[in-house]
Amino acid sequence: MSTYVNANVEKEQKLSQYKGVLVFGEQKDGKILTVTYELLTRGRKLADDLGCELSCVLLGDEIEGLEEVVKRGADKVFFIKDAVLKNFLPRPYSKAITKLCEELKPEVIVAAATTTGRTVMPLVAAMLETGLTADCTELTIDADTRLLLQTRPAIGGNIMATIKTPDHRPQMATVRPKSAKPAAFDAARTGEVIVKEYEGATFFTPEKFLEYIKDTTQEVSIEEADVIVAGGKGMKNADGFRMVEELARILGAGVGATRDAVELGWTTYPHQIGLSGKTVAPKLYFAFGLSGKIQHLAGMQTSEVVVAVNKDPEAQIFKVADFGIVGDVFEVVPMMIEAFKNLKANA
Amino acid sequence: MNIVVLVKQVPGTDNVKMDPVTGVMIRSGKDTIINPLDENALAEAIRIKNSHENVKVTAVSMGPESAMKAIKEAIAMGADGGVLISGRAFAGSDTIATAKAIAAAIRKVGDVDLILCGERATDGETGQTGAMIAYYLGIPVETYVSGVEVKEGGVIVKRTVEGGFERVEIPFPVMATVNKDINEPGFPTLKGKLKAKETAVPVYGPAELGLEPAELGLKGSPTRVVKVFSPKLSRDTIMKKADGTTGPVEEMMKFLAGKEAI
Ligand SMILES: Cc1cc2nc3c(=O)[nH]c(=O)nc-3n(C[C@H](O)[C@H](O)[C@H](O)COP(=O)(O)OP(=O)(O)OC[C@H]3O[C@@H](n4cnc5c(N)ncnc54)[C@H](O)[C@@H]3O)c2cc1C
Repeated sequence: MSTYVNANVEKEQKLSQYKGVLVFGEQKDGKILTVTYELLTRGRKLADDLGCELSCVLLGDEIEGLEEVVKRGADKVFFIKDAVLKNFLPRPYSKAITKLCEELKPEVIVAAATTTGRTVMPLVAAMLETGLTADCTELTIDADTRLLLQTRPAIGGNIMATIKTPDHRPQMATVRPKSAKPAAFDAARTGEVIVKEYEGATFFTPEKFLEYIKDTTQEVSIEEADVIVAGGKGMKNADGFRMVEELARILGAGVGATRDAVELGWTTYPHQIGLSGKTVAPKLYFAFGLSGKIQHLAGMQTSEVVVAVNKDPEAQIFKVADFGIVGDVFEVVPMMIEAFKNLKANA
Repeated sequence: MNIVVLVKQVPGTDNVKMDPVTGVMIRSGKDTIINPLDENALAEAIRIKNSHENVKVTAVSMGPESAMKAIKEAIAMGADGGVLISGRAFAGSDTIATAKAIAAAIRKVGDVDLILCGERATDGETGQTGAMIAYYLGIPVETYVSGVEVKEGGVIVKRTVEGGFERVEIPFPVMATVNKDINEPGFPTLKGKLKAKETAVPVYGPAELGLEPAELGLKGSPTRVVKVFSPKLSRDTIMKKADGTTGPVEEMMKFLAGKEAI
């Protein structure tokens, strides 16, 4: 009995060494990416609920505008500086973050569910021997236990699961890009920017970054687009799907698709939106001839305004739509194309 | 050259049944398939095997006894052999506990140059296990890989990232998690099916893998599921019926203008 009590006390002591919230910001070509500011929104809320500091870590060779990270909510910004960290490489990145975590002992780490975050966080979690919950849609602090409650879609988005990491620290999660608004700029905020230069050998890696190739097949990247026009199986065939692309072109919008439309070869995988595709959160989302299966909704339901056209009044997509038209896409979409053409001509 | 491909058995339909009381997925073992992205990984391994000398492909799976089906299918599609990790002690493993067990099995296969698996599985959807396995094996990992070019002593991979691709050169041994763009998976051949029947596939439990019970299953998993619930949807939807006129579309235009969405 007493050994049990002692073990518990020991565990409590071990866990209580961990304090503060850390978010893993991202840069490309030395410029801080917006997703960093989205993480600050998440992180600030958690830090306030826990009554602790919010830190942000960025990795790179040269980074512009580190002060802005303070102005947008961080109390401390750690810039781990090394030539190897210029471009993302899983090994040196995970080692650098782990090293900082061993020093800082944060209670919570939040990263973005980008290709970078989703690669580096599992490595950091394994190195720190702790749990990690991927792709969370919601993060809250349990008032009684101070534990991080991580909610994510599971089993094909059919259910939501809330997960916690009771006995290990840090508690780690990734959140989908665009699932929070970027933190606002507050010129009056103060904080510290700390440059860390660890010994080069720490980051030795056999990986060699060769080049970045921009994808030119997508006119507008759907992750960045303010407007997305998406089509599903109801577009009937590749010709029908061209209507989706036409409206997108008129609106300068991104082209989205359901998995079925991708599998039928009407467009390519980078356009797939949903659980096994991309998550998007544009200001305006058009959903044409798609049923709104939960796996698709998982990728678009945080869009600000949703317009849906479907001939089935019972289609799930109408549940997340702000404006729905029950009808044939081949009748309604050409009318929309006309309407937007006119709008543009008269603008 | 030794390639290991990880194949996970996942439910084959969208209509996954849930236990209404516990909220846990009911795995019947009947309607299962190989995780689609793992099939891409397998196809890539077989492509490499067919275009290079002396390549051996081993399929590794962790799961219930029924996951043997996934390994036999992998052999039918062209893998040389397989290993199944199975046993009650593994039940409830999260990604960390799973990664430890699979890493131990890969070590047992021995002398592996390249490990390929899908970027994520369609059931758990975490996309974490591949990277964690690489960590436990002490080797680098590349993720979201949509191209593998085998060079002397290593590979050049093409990774899909936001807005484009990256090319990274990396010596063996390496783990690569692949996405759907990498290839078109093939089909089992008759010859392959016969071979699958004849090939003995060892089944390893914790003892064979030298794992302690504390590292496995729920005990070895830092994360806990506290609750499951159905996602709530609903917005105040304005509904119109198409009537052959431009009326509904005009109303939509007004609505969008009012929302300052256009
Ligand atoms: C693990 C898992 C992951 C998945 N990941 C994704 C994902 O990332 N993205 C994704 O989209 N799906 C995903 N799916 C698939 C998903 O479950 C659905 O199968 C898919 O979204 C359906 O695509 P759809 O809406 O185009 O087709 P359907 O469901 O067939 O819907 C077609 C719709 O078009 C309507 N329609 C037909 N003709 C017309 C017409 N002339 N005018 C107007 N309306 C018309 C019909 O009423 C119907 O509602 C996933 C599934 C699983 C199991």
